[in-house]
Amino acid sequence: MNTLTVKHLSKSFGLHPVLRDITISFHPGEVHALLGVNGAGKSTLVKILSGDIQPDHGEIQIGERSLRFSSPIDAKHEGIDIVVQEVDTALVPELSVAENLTIHELLRGSQWIRWKERKKLARQLLQEVGADIDIDKQVRDCTLAEKQMILIARAINSQVKYLILDEPTAPLSEVETSKLFAVIRKLQENGIGIIFISHRLPEIQTIADRVTILRNGEAVCTKKIHEITPDEMIRHMLGKQLASNLPRKSKEMGPPLLEVNQFYVAKTGKTLSLSVHEGEIVGIAGLVGAGKTETARALFAADEHHGTISLKGKKHSFKNPHQAIQAGLALVPEERRKEGILVDFPLAENLSLPILEKLSSWGWIKRQKEKTLAERLVKQLGIKIPSLSHPLRYLSGGNQQKASIGKWLETQADVFIFDEPTKGIDIGAKEDVFQLIRSLAEQGKGILYLTSEVSELLSLADRILVMYNGEIISTYHYPEFSLEKIMSDATGGHHATGTE
Amino acid sequence: MQQVLNETKSTPTTRRGKQAILSFLFKHGTLLVIALTIIVFSLLNEKFLTYANFTDILRSISIITLLAIGVTISLIVGGFDLSVGSIASVATIASAAALVWYRQETIVAIIIPLLIGLLIGLFNSLLVVKIRIPDLLGTLAVMYIVNGIHLTFTKGYSIYNNMPMENGQIAPGQFLPSFLFIGQGEIFSVPFPVILMLTFVILTHILLNYTRFGRLLYITGGNEEAARLSGVPVQRYKTYAYILSALFATLAGIVLAARIGTGQVSAGAPLLMDGVAASFIGYSVFGAGKPNVIGTFFGAVLIGILLNGLTMLNVPYYAQDIIKGSILICALAFMYVQKRNR
Repeated sequence: MNTLTVKHLSKSFGLHPVLRDITISFHPGEVHALLGVNGAGKSTLVKILSGDIQPDHGEIQIGERSLRFSSPIDAKHEGIDIVVQEVDTALVPELSVAENLTIHELLRGSQWIRWKERKKLARQLLQEVGADIDIDKQVRDCTLAEKQMILIARAINSQVKYLILDEPTAPLSEVETSKLFAVIRKLQENGIGIIFISHRLPEIQTIADRVTILRNGEAVCTKKIHEITPDEMIRHMLGKQLASNLPRKSKEMGPPLLEVNQFYVAKTGKTLSLSVHEGEIVGIAGLVGAGKTETARALFAADEHHGTISLKGKKHSFKNPHQAIQAGLALVPEERRKEGILVDFPLAENLSLPILEKLSSWGWIKRQKEKTLAERLVKQLGIKIPSLSHPLRYLSGGNQQKASIGKWLETQADVFIFDEPTKGIDIGAKEDVFQLIRSLAEQGKGILYLTSEVSELLSLADRILVMYNGEIISTYHYPEFSLEKIMSDATGGHHATGTE
Repeated sequence: MQQVLNETKSTPTTRRGKQAILSFLFKHGTLLVIALTIIVFSLLNEKFLTYANFTDILRSISIITLLAIGVTISLIVGGFDLSVGSIASVATIASAAALVWYRQETIVAIIIPLLIGLLIGLFNSLLVVKIRIPDLLGTLAVMYIVNGIHLTFTKGYSIYNNMPMENGQIAPGQFLPSFLFIGQGEIFSVPFPVILMLTFVILTHILLNYTRFGRLLYITGGNEEAARLSGVPVQRYKTYAYILSALFATLAGIVLAARIGTGQVSAGAPLLMDGVAASFIGYSVFGAGKPNVIGTFFGAVLIGILLNGLTMLNVPYYAQDIIKGSILICALAFMYVQKRNR
């Protein structure tokens, strides 16, 4: 038996352990699912298996043989290959499908390119995975599903024994997913071991033979798939961190501030309706890839959309963020350094940007006013910075985030949209951000808080909407929050009850 | 390896000293180079350090600077305008044709090129901002078109006083003294083009640094997406930048026509590279690390001094391009090393 085993694997980044003493074995011809919330250690484990990074302790074995990978090529030689989540990083977009499929031949073979043979091989490989793709077409014209198939076919060509699929279904439609599953089953029959990573429980139940659940860098349990229920899986994923549901009094909600009805988000291809009341914090919970960022950007008119937004009872149809801001919206985007702030500009200029018009008369910027504003915001938000003219590049994530939020505080916005506002910031800064959001709500602002960290919403939100595949599939009102139910919905459990 | 060891051995104080020297060089290196060049040339040639020669230098760089201001503005919004040289050519020809062929007044000979410049600027922004052709490619195409148009218009000939027309007669108009004053006149023995240049350098500097308009130009270039999400109408500001770039190139062309007193075809072509070089040298002045007009002005001064000094030393004009290229490399190396060190 050529079982692939990881034994006592540990890995830390700096002082932060991401994998702690993990032991799992993967069998040939088996689909083994890895399950865990963001940050549970799935990606790190997979990166070690595919030779991308090296473990601090522990070893990898095939059969009885110990392996040491110093690069992905070593892993490939041992027959371990990965189809990464961002398929585009593994393909050359300007080359044809055939060329991409046989790119290894280019490295190994003779200097002369034998087109006939390469095309023949490419056709044969695609046939093996049952994919019908024109081999002369350029890869950049392929759909995501097709690109995945190309990567899988390429792995087969290099005599893969174990194939890692990192969240392969996230971008796929249902039809494409079932096609992928057919290929997985075929590979399985040929004795290839599949390591399948997904957030979506119904899929795992459909395709996996066994499942290992990771939490906080530990392998919590490994079970045969029919020996574990979805509820148990969720409980194992979350552990006992459920107590964070602080008691608080439910507040009286004001009239609706923001209402959207049948609002079409082009990037997700879905429509949705939602409302935010005065002083209300509405959470949108959803996994990575559920369409939260796309929805937030569409509401803010930063991306393509269709439909009207009603703010304080007045209907708007925004053409660009400028109009959205004028009407009283504010967006704190997910990609802070790319979209939220200008990292090479001084703090003062960042903070004054949305209200520059107010800070100037006849086009002249009143520097003194700008400085006063910046000083006030620095004090109010507790931003740690050597001077107001210091560029933001060198600040910590938390301080940058405070600047990214702070610039909206003086805009008289009525509704604040926060997209993953605690991403990459430390605990202290997180508390500050929560406090800031609560105080905004107390002032009667409406808050729309989109996050994949569901536990944050439990203590913060008045209402939680769960997003799955770009749609809002359920609503929970305080105090009827339950992490299990929300996670179950966010992982598609809601759908499973309908289809199974 | 040896080097690495040595580096780790160096004490903190010497490293701090090194840092201080480096940051001094980043801040004042360009001005230092200018000062050194002046000293060297003054020692080599006694006529170099005279009032007459310095007004000469300033006069010679005034046209480059005017054009380079436009280039700087397009760089500020993160763009690039390659068509400025050809715009200057077409402006020269338009002024000359208005005066000589159509016997117009000075004011007309100024307004017509400005209108043409405005149109080209709008066309550039249509290509780059609306259709989103990459700036270098879009303005390159426009450069060819504009060049072709002004050559077609003159059939490849230059325009000068008393030139024969196609019907066998002599051209009806001529370069009026009031027009020539723009390029050749003096006020209190300061050449008028120098006054024009300094005025626009100061005006643009104020515009860019003290007004909302200027701030938003810089913000747009700093991070277009972040600017857009903060409510800046980035497309409009990029359009403004391309229009201003074209207008400054036009201005340079008009002064050029007035300076040489003829409408020479393709006269603006060499200005493009000098303007770009001045703008990039400007990045390093005072350690700004970004496009700025004061820097651009000093960049033009450096180029002007070098060319003037080298000419006095009888270095042939065709060798001077080597020097120009070398300064540009030094300035760029300075800028990128500084960026990496940050």
